[in-house]
Amino acid sequence: MPNSDDAAVVAENLVRRFGQFTAVNGVSFRVETGEIFGFLGPNGSGKTTVIKMLTGLLPLSGGSALVEGVDVRQDSETVRERIGYMSQNFSLYYDLTVEENLRFYGRIYGLDPERLKRRIDETVQLNGLGPYLKRLSAQLSGGWKQRLALGCAMLHQPKLLFLDEPTAGIDPVARRQLWDLLFELSGQGITFFVTTHYMDEAERCSHVAYIYYGKLIADGTPDSLRQLPDVQPHGTIRVEITMATDVTRALRLVRHIPAFRSATIFGQSIHALADEHLNLDDLQRELRKEGINVTEIRPLAPSLEDVFVELTYKHQAQLEAARA
Amino acid sequence: MRDIFRGFGAVFYKEALHVRRDAGTLFFSLTMPLLQMFLLGFGVDTNIRQINTVIYNADGRRESRELLDRFTNSDMFHVYRYVQNDSELNDVIVSGHARVGIKIPVDYSDHLLHGMTAQVLVLIDGSDSSVAGQAINVSTAIGLDESLRRVLAQDTSFAVEMRPKMLFNPDSRSPNFFLPGLTAIMLLNVTTFLTAFSIVREKERGTLEQLFVTPVRPFGLLLGKLLPYLFIGFFELCLILFFMRFVFMVPIHGSVLLLWILSLPYLFAALSLGILISSKANSQAEAMQLAFLPILPSVFFSGYIFSRETIPTIFKPLSYLIPASYFINITRGVILRGATLKHLWTDGLALCAIGTFLLVIAARRFENKVIMA
Repeated sequence: MPNSDDAAVVAENLVRRFGQFTAVNGVSFRVETGEIFGFLGPNGSGKTTVIKMLTGLLPLSGGSALVEGVDVRQDSETVRERIGYMSQNFSLYYDLTVEENLRFYGRIYGLDPERLKRRIDETVQLNGLGPYLKRLSAQLSGGWKQRLALGCAMLHQPKLLFLDEPTAGIDPVARRQLWDLLFELSGQGITFFVTTHYMDEAERCSHVAYIYYGKLIADGTPDSLRQLPDVQPHGTIRVEITMATDVTRALRLVRHIPAFRSATIFGQSIHALADEHLNLDDLQRELRKEGINVTEIRPLAPSLEDVFVELTYKHQAQLEAARA
Repeated sequence: MRDIFRGFGAVFYKEALHVRRDAGTLFFSLTMPLLQMFLLGFGVDTNIRQINTVIYNADGRRESRELLDRFTNSDMFHVYRYVQNDSELNDVIVSGHARVGIKIPVDYSDHLLHGMTAQVLVLIDGSDSSVAGQAINVSTAIGLDESLRRVLAQDTSFAVEMRPKMLFNPDSRSPNFFLPGLTAIMLLNVTTFLTAFSIVREKERGTLEQLFVTPVRPFGLLLGKLLPYLFIGFFELCLILFFMRFVFMVPIHGSVLLLWILSLPYLFAALSLGILISSKANSQAEAMQLAFLPILPSVFFSGYIFSRETIPTIFKPLSYLIPASYFINITRGVILRGATLKHLWTDGLALCAIGTFLLVIAARRFENKVIMA
């Protein structure tokens, strides 16, 4: 049983079954107050299911969850009062104006008229929605829809906000502005629980977790994950080999060198995991001999994508070993 | 247990905004029933008159012509054509040009003059049962009347004379019969469709899921969605009553106020049905299909077209589950029979019960299942 403490979310051994299928299988994690918690995983891996369990939309099949100190199994209504939720498709009423949308969500949370007015003013200011108040929300661009949806989700001043893929399908400028806003709010002590497919967004989170087909296979700060032994096995190095042309041919060559464990292309370079004793000068010479114009070879810290790829491989290997 | 109607005010206001924004849909859903009303009110007459009749008078003498005059004077038969042989008589009926064929045999007058039974052949097209039934009744009556006239001496009166008197709709006007029933069907259409769509739209948009993450309670949500459409349904009822009274001249014998009051439980039941439908449907197309489901039984098993007494026994219980059954009894009762609350309170109570039952099921479905979809 999780004890009531000051963490924003304490999930212990969450299980959710749909008939025979186990969508979420023994997932445990903590989200501290003020964190930006990035929750990642492939489509259908259970991200949205976990959010639905934590927001009281789906009953738990097993385990327990404290959200803002309240047990979701016992009092999901109080949980719903304390959190905000923005779904993947910005649940706005397109035939209502921006202002009407804000008013509606404010009133749903029972804000009295005075507080409602004040909160709408504050939200409009924060999200820059001022010029659009009288416009139908259907006429807003994706970025503004998302700002409005965020505004609606935080009118009642929740301490914890769930954002389910908030940046899917919006332009890069709007994406960056949203993240700037999240950092600002997080500085004020608001906790964010964000799902995303973008690795660069994951890198910005103060805490990330990776769920893979119902199992949590990574949980920690981006830096601590990079240093996991499974990601950076003992006796290996990561290198970036940059060249002017022929990246594809170079990849084939590199994959034939026994010292390399894995290699993949990033634009004009190859990111590879190799044995520690690989001599970088020898490698450069060898590739040049094959006619590849290598411009630079340098050691590289693993990206979060590397982290998730390695952990997924390892998890799959474990599953197969267990099956055998 | 906190306020189970939480969020009602906010949802109600928002729903009213939706209705105002979408004035086109509202206009259509209000005018379509009026259009139906005009079609049925002006175009449908169930009183059968002037049935096309083909006549083969093989006799041709005075007695036979007297008999034929009785047929043509009855307003039931319209002489389409006179023919000269059996096969022509048959052809005209088979081709559908005439529904009734009358053949007077060559020896008709001779039989009568000799005090024997004279036979007249009346052929009736049975492919339209209502026409056939009326034609049989009227021709039998004419035959009986003609016989009595010939058997009884002059100035003798009939031993027994039946004097049927039609109450409530003495002229047998079709609008009087159809329009009060149609009111129930039209209100059902409008309200069920509008509510079902309003919720399914939110499902499609994803806003329903959003609402479930807020502290709004199912009853607050459902009632907030239901009430604006209750007003619309009520307004529609007033429109229909207005046209019925002043365009189709259907007299309203009872109290309009009572009709208004008793329409509320009916609208409530119809709206709850719409909500129940929306809890099942995941798309507007699906909602459309489902919303049509209750329409047919409401037309056929409610007493609207066919009297409830003629419903086969296995379907009888069904007619008691259909809200329209009760409301048609209410509208016909108040409008045509001048019924009062004393006569109709059970119908009102039944509608309240059905409405509550449907709404509770819908609310439970929203609480348990829809959330997971």
